[in-house]
Amino acid sequence: MSENVLEIRNLSIALDGDDSARVVKDLSLSIKPGETMCLVGESGSGKSLTSLATMGLLPKALKATTGEILVNGVDVLKQSPGKLRDMRATQMAMIFQEPMTALNPVMKVGDQIAEVMEAHGRSKGDRRKAVLEIMEHVHLPDVERIYGSYPHQLSGGQRQRIMIAMALVLRPKLLIADEPTTALDVTTQAQVLKLIRELREELGTAVLFITHDMGVVAEIADDVTVLRLGEAVERAPVVDLLRGPRTDYARELLSAVPSLIPRAPRPTPKKATPALSTEALTKVYSTKTLLGKAKETRAADAVNLTLGPGRTLGIVGESGSGKSTVARCIVRLIDPTSGSVKITGEEIADVPLNRLKPHRKRVQIVFQDPFRSLNPRIEVGESIIEGPLNFGVSRKQALEDAKRLLELVGLPRSAIDRFPHQFSGGQRQRIAIARALAMQPDLLIADEAVSALDVSVQAQVLKLLDEIQERMGIAILFITHDLRVAAQICDEVMVMRKGQVVEAGPAAEVLAHPRTEYTRSLIEAAPGRHWDFANFRPVAETIAAAG
Amino acid sequence: MLSYILRRVLAAIPVMIFVALFVFLLLRLSPGDPAAIIAGDTATPEQLEQIRERLGLNDPLLVQFADWGWRLLQGDFGESILSGTPVTSMIADRMEPTISLALTTIVLSIVIAVPLGVIAAWKHGTIIDRVVMAISVLGFSVPVFVIAYVLIQVFAINLKWLPVQGFTSIFDDPGTFAQRITLPTLTLTSLYIALIARITRTSMLETLGEDFVRTARAKGLAERRVLMKHALRNSAVPIVTVIGIGFALIISGVVVTESVFNLPGIGRLTVDAVLARDYPVIQGVILLASLLYVGINLLIDIAYVILDPRIRYA
Repeated sequence: MSENVLEIRNLSIALDGDDSARVVKDLSLSIKPGETMCLVGESGSGKSLTSLATMGLLPKALKATTGEILVNGVDVLKQSPGKLRDMRATQMAMIFQEPMTALNPVMKVGDQIAEVMEAHGRSKGDRRKAVLEIMEHVHLPDVERIYGSYPHQLSGGQRQRIMIAMALVLRPKLLIADEPTTALDVTTQAQVLKLIRELREELGTAVLFITHDMGVVAEIADDVTVLRLGEAVERAPVVDLLRGPRTDYARELLSAVPSLIPRAPRPTPKKATPALSTEALTKVYSTKTLLGKAKETRAADAVNLTLGPGRTLGIVGESGSGKSTVARCIVRLIDPTSGSVKITGEEIADVPLNRLKPHRKRVQIVFQDPFRSLNPRIEVGESIIEGPLNFGVSRKQALEDAKRLLELVGLPRSAIDRFPHQFSGGQRQRIAIARALAMQPDLLIADEAVSALDVSVQAQVLKLLDEIQERMGIAILFITHDLRVAAQICDEVMVMRKGQVVEAGPAAEVLAHPRTEYTRSLIEAAPGRHWDFANFRPVAETIAAAG
Repeated sequence: MLSYILRRVLAAIPVMIFVALFVFLLLRLSPGDPAAIIAGDTATPEQLEQIRERLGLNDPLLVQFADWGWRLLQGDFGESILSGTPVTSMIADRMEPTISLALTTIVLSIVIAVPLGVIAAWKHGTIIDRVVMAISVLGFSVPVFVIAYVLIQVFAINLKWLPVQGFTSIFDDPGTFAQRITLPTLTLTSLYIALIARITRTSMLETLGEDFVRTARAKGLAERRVLMKHALRNSAVPIVTVIGIGFALIISGVVVTESVFNLPGIGRLTVDAVLARDYPVIQGVILLASLLYVGINLLIDIAYVILDPRIRYA
């Protein structure tokens, strides 16, 4: 018997068992007790499939064609369904990316943990006590109350703690974590990473940690395996990889990680009418109860901002900070409760909807998820020209413009009569940008526009936005939760929390010398903040080199 | 929870008033003088005037409505033009066969259709799934009366296992009740099995793709528990909706089935009343049906809240 908790040897996974359509190729890796192996790769690298195969949970269409997956010496691939069920949660357990959807919404979370014990024949008497114990163990507060709560009553971080408690309640030797912090806010992410590190040491669990985020890798990995299109291209201890990647692909991945060190500020613009300014912009949501007592939520509270033409302002914040509310008020997708919004000096906050049309043209928005923001049933070209047609541009002219725009965003002119599903995520986001630009807006709002993209694609899209701005002099309002992205693209940064502006100023000021406690905590929570990935060295060395 | 139910009940009141107004106007606005209908062709003008006076037809419309509504609240639905019997007692007499049939049909449909739908979704794309779907298409497309006559031909006439027609109260003789209710139940069930199995399958298919189903499997739960405990409950809202609406539909008139099997239920009562232009009875039936719909909708809404703790209507 090997001492490895997990040992994968020459694993191949193929579509419909067809060996020519392999999505994981000849993968081998091993993890010892108490160690963390990070499986890093972009979408389509096969990292999630590897983890599902280890749990025996591959979708029906996919089959492991060769190799073996040994968990404590037992080959998972050869087990009967019944034996596999016995092994789950006792030998290996898994936590997932989105704890909201991974938990059953109509079952109390305590019962969901207890169910694991029940399924594995633990006697009824000990269950509740053991559940409360593991809940304490993952540092959930007020465990008696949370035991009886439903998932939607908990915060994102609490939900992921419940998932972790559920995975570890029977003390499995192997924990598989598939992007477990990707859906969480940065401060919550830091806490969950700390918890996983802590439990790993305490319980001697081996962790297979799947992520696309090099920052997270730097925080949690002992060893790293870099996957690309189903193949392991490089495997190394984490520091070795970060300091000296041996393959081009690993080097590319690391170079694409945006630096936390703000880019050089652009020269201050000449005095000009701001493309966008808001004054005391406020959005209040109120819910009425039967007794007529209204509960008010101030989603945006007296927000002031100014954005000059040709410049980029980043609004940074965690979920619930109100950053998207501000964006939506500015586009008038929702109506502000009070305050002023001026686009190139013209007030639009209180223009009635039926007279808003001329203003619509001047502000365009690009959303987070390019898979959902383009109508799947109509051709790309039609999506792009729909706006201009509404404003009286001739069809011929609009199509000609659309082709030019597609070229501008780095796509072939022939893309115009294809459908969205024929493009990758990054390409679709380029299409969404082209569509926004077709209206020749003064202001472009990017609402988490690169968050759903792989890091290498992210870098390309950020570069594209930069080029477009340079060429067209457009103002960009960039909404993001990611400080690294903000550092790379913004001239000014505004930090929001619970609807209020916490801090605002030039990006270099705010991110390098934060004045408030909250901004500082955000920066400190950023995973891998001690590493300057693009230069393969710790930040301290970069600063020393520059100094 | 209690305040939620209370709110729903309060919300039902305007609906009922609106229905009552509609039913009231139905009689007043329909062509012809109600008094003339009641009095018949041979009445003299004096008799007509008498009837008008008695029915309060000379009062302003609003006063008439208020009077009529007030009587309704006291449970007085008026009297049948034909027989002179109070409408309430006519309906009450006819309730038992209809409710019996509705209950047996719905219970049997649920017992058969929900497992069928669950299995079809679980075995999605296999031969089992296709067989279930084929059965369901059949249930939808064959008219109810065809199924009724086929069942009568096979089980009542050829095999002589069951009686052709008739109804006996379960309180009088449970054995005969079961014999007589079986064929009409089977007839109606075919449609409701098709309906409920289909909606169960669709809803389950969607739920089975959810992350928490994967989580349940990752916990090492047996497949049966994954399906019944995690997937089915999360699929329940549309299923419950269809069951509720189905139940209401049966009660408010399974005309064909009741006619074929000679059941003295509400459906038959409605047909007879419409043919005879017995307006008070028609009014009574419509009011009862609306009351039922409102009540069942209320039950469905309460079921939502029990099934899904995320639903809390503000």
